[in-house]
Amino acid sequence: MSDQIPGSGQPQEDLEVSQVPPAARAPEPSVATTVLRQIVTGNALISLLAVLLALIVGAILIVAVDPVVQQTAGYFFSRPSDMLQAMWNAASGAYSSLFQGAIYNFGAADFASGIRPLTLTLTFATPLIVAGLGVALSFRVGLFNIGGQAQILTGAVCAGYVGFAFDLPPVIHLIAAIVAGVVGGALVGALVGVLKARTGAHEVIVTIMLNYIVLYLLRFLLRTPGALQAPGGNNPKTPPMKSTAIYPLLLGPNYTLHLGFIVSILATIVVWYLLNRSNLGFQFRAVGENPNAARVAGINVKNIYVWALAISAGLVGLAGVAQVLGTVTSGFGESIDAGVGFDAITVALLGRSRPWGVFAAGLLFGALKAGGFAMQANNSVPIDIILVVQSLIVLFIAAPPLVRAIFRLPQPPGSRKLRTPRPSSKKVVVTR
Amino acid sequence: MTVVAERNIVVAGPTTVVIKSWKIPIILGAFALLALVLFVILGRNGTTTFILAEPTDFLQVAPIGIPVRASGIVATVLLAAFAVLGAWFVRSRGRVPLWIDILFGFVFLVEFLTWAAAPASVQVPGMLLQTIALSVPLIFGALGGVISERVGVVNIAIEGQLLAGAFVSAMIASITHQPLLGLIGAMVAGVLVSFILAAFSIKYLVDQVIVGVVINVFIVGLTNFLYSTVLSESPELLNSPPRFEAIDIPVLSQIPVIGPTFFRQSLIVYLVYVAVPLVWFGLFHTRWGLRLRAVGEHPQAADTVGINVTRTRFWNVSLAGAIAGLGGAFFTLGSVGAFSREMTGGQGYIALAAVIFGRWDPIRATVAALLFGFANELQYVLQDTSPIPSEFMLMLPYVVTILAVAGLVGQVRGPAASGKPYIKS
Repeated sequence: MSDQIPGSGQPQEDLEVSQVPPAARAPEPSVATTVLRQIVTGNALISLLAVLLALIVGAILIVAVDPVVQQTAGYFFSRPSDMLQAMWNAASGAYSSLFQGAIYNFGAADFASGIRPLTLTLTFATPLIVAGLGVALSFRVGLFNIGGQAQILTGAVCAGYVGFAFDLPPVIHLIAAIVAGVVGGALVGALVGVLKARTGAHEVIVTIMLNYIVLYLLRFLLRTPGALQAPGGNNPKTPPMKSTAIYPLLLGPNYTLHLGFIVSILATIVVWYLLNRSNLGFQFRAVGENPNAARVAGINVKNIYVWALAISAGLVGLAGVAQVLGTVTSGFGESIDAGVGFDAITVALLGRSRPWGVFAAGLLFGALKAGGFAMQANNSVPIDIILVVQSLIVLFIAAPPLVRAIFRLPQPPGSRKLRTPRPSSKKVVVTR
Repeated sequence: MTVVAERNIVVAGPTTVVIKSWKIPIILGAFALLALVLFVILGRNGTTTFILAEPTDFLQVAPIGIPVRASGIVATVLLAAFAVLGAWFVRSRGRVPLWIDILFGFVFLVEFLTWAAAPASVQVPGMLLQTIALSVPLIFGALGGVISERVGVVNIAIEGQLLAGAFVSAMIASITHQPLLGLIGAMVAGVLVSFILAAFSIKYLVDQVIVGVVINVFIVGLTNFLYSTVLSESPELLNSPPRFEAIDIPVLSQIPVIGPTFFRQSLIVYLVYVAVPLVWFGLFHTRWGLRLRAVGEHPQAADTVGINVTRTRFWNVSLAGAIAGLGGAFFTLGSVGAFSREMTGGQGYIALAAVIFGRWDPIRATVAALLFGFANELQYVLQDTSPIPSEFMLMLPYVVTILAVAGLVGQVRGPAASGKPYIKS
């Protein structure tokens, strides 16, 4: 997917630019200038600055609601240093907790317990990465899979049901549960794909509505004895998973990191191969770039929509598998998705729909989540601040001109072009 | 090219072509079959009593008792007759008149209530009152959605606008003790959310669906954060807004059944009665509405005749935010009386569903919102007696919307340029 699509209003201008040989456009700049220019106008720097900006806004919010800051603000004019000190304490304290809760705890006795936060980060990142890969894959085909919540819940229910209701030999049980979860998610996606291909129903609306339908269905199943509710229990919760079905812990019982993280690395490799090296992936990208051209080239666009949404939703379902077989193995309720369905959209956007970009974005958001809990416990800053920071990161990343304007960076050449996170599938082709 | 053009002219001659659509009779037939299964085969015994007046009402109406099994058979026969009548209308005249749809829906609903509530009683005035209460935020949200989408900006952010309106109105009304100021604060909050949507989708050309989704997450995070740090620290100062009092409209409120429902309500509900016709009239009968729709259908054409597309979109999206913000205020100043975490609970998405189900028309969207509110209320009315689990009643609006966008309930087509950024060349 190209990040910048020429606006429909200026095809002539682009044509002229592309016809001029590169050397003739401008005097050849020196290597150092070119490198500097690429760094300053590049996507990596924008991503970095977007994260920085979002953290700054988060710090402002943390400082603004801090009780000590409010207290010292009362006598700001007699002793301003008190308030400035309190502001610094509030922000630096919160963010140092965030770091220590996400990467390495400097207060720990030894390395083994000091590194525990990092393993927690990887655990939180696991469902984010696979779900983000799924959403990113749909973006590459020019589709919006906003139904992450429904697909995670379906994946969790299918994997969980196989996990607690069947007795199978160790390895086979785990594989059966994973397959059940992926297929369950994929079926939800395929339903959306078929509706889109057959009737033209917009996938955004269908996936949003399915989120609620699946949630209510799960709520019904969880309180119905004989369906998913644990026998003898009154709570809307399933029985715990059988030990043969859960992801083994990677680093022993002291750490939460489980095999699901390896699965998410494998999934990243598979998606990378699928999109960049395989025949199907080529068709996916072709449809994403321009469905009309793809149709002319002989690609069955409707089939591609169904397959893309099924694979996308299957990956999101894999996130549900990671939740029930790895993170919460003692039985789950209706909030097992833990907001991953919507976080996955932000992860996919932050990763610019590239598999390894999504992987990195998933790690970052996993770190924010792990650190957010530490921040809430140590500095009584509510974890909701993480939602604010995440959404701001995505908003800033989606609008590079805004970030460049704030940091007074030069605009890249040809910046008057239309930006969409996905290729505009309904672009009007004007022939003369 | 010329050949094609000539052929078009021939086809588009003065002959009136009536396209027979068997969709509606088929749907009616399916519902009649459903009625046969539910009301006759799975029929229940007893009598359901419909209580039509509160004891305090000026005019007393006697309760009506309906025997469940007998009425089920009668209703099924009636519904089947309507379906056959609909088929006959399609055969002879090509289409089903609207009154058949309405009568069919009414008979089905009444019999469904009778069947599901048996053998208890149904408090009709209370039920209708609650339906209105549950529908008001949906109606405001849907009106905001209609305006925004008609001008060409997809508004997924209704949820965020409702939530921001609820939060700000609770806070301002608590501090000032003036619900009216809270109402204005809610509108301002909705406008501010719209500014984010407008700035990113119109100026920075970010995909509107993405901005909408991200805004919703942002508002949830922000209100939750401020709620747990600021509002819950001093709830009596910041989160105890005075609620709007119900105002009796002198004569009208004495009409049995509908009087107390529609004319003994708070100010926000009366605002609905004003806003819906106003938006409808504005959209279809004023210069403002014509320009707005032109920008949403064909921005290039609108630009050619001198309408400033960017400005039109920006201010109308802001207006949509203000209206949706009003709906948010109803949560805190109208029904609940205090802000709580994520109190809108997905109502914004139901409002979006109402926009689509109402085919981007303010009146139809309002009817859809009322239907969704009624479906929501049914779970409380039928909670002890209904053989259908409440979750399935809650699911109904979403299922209906999927059926609607899948084209099973008539053709659904949004404004042509909705969701597409406009770049002036």
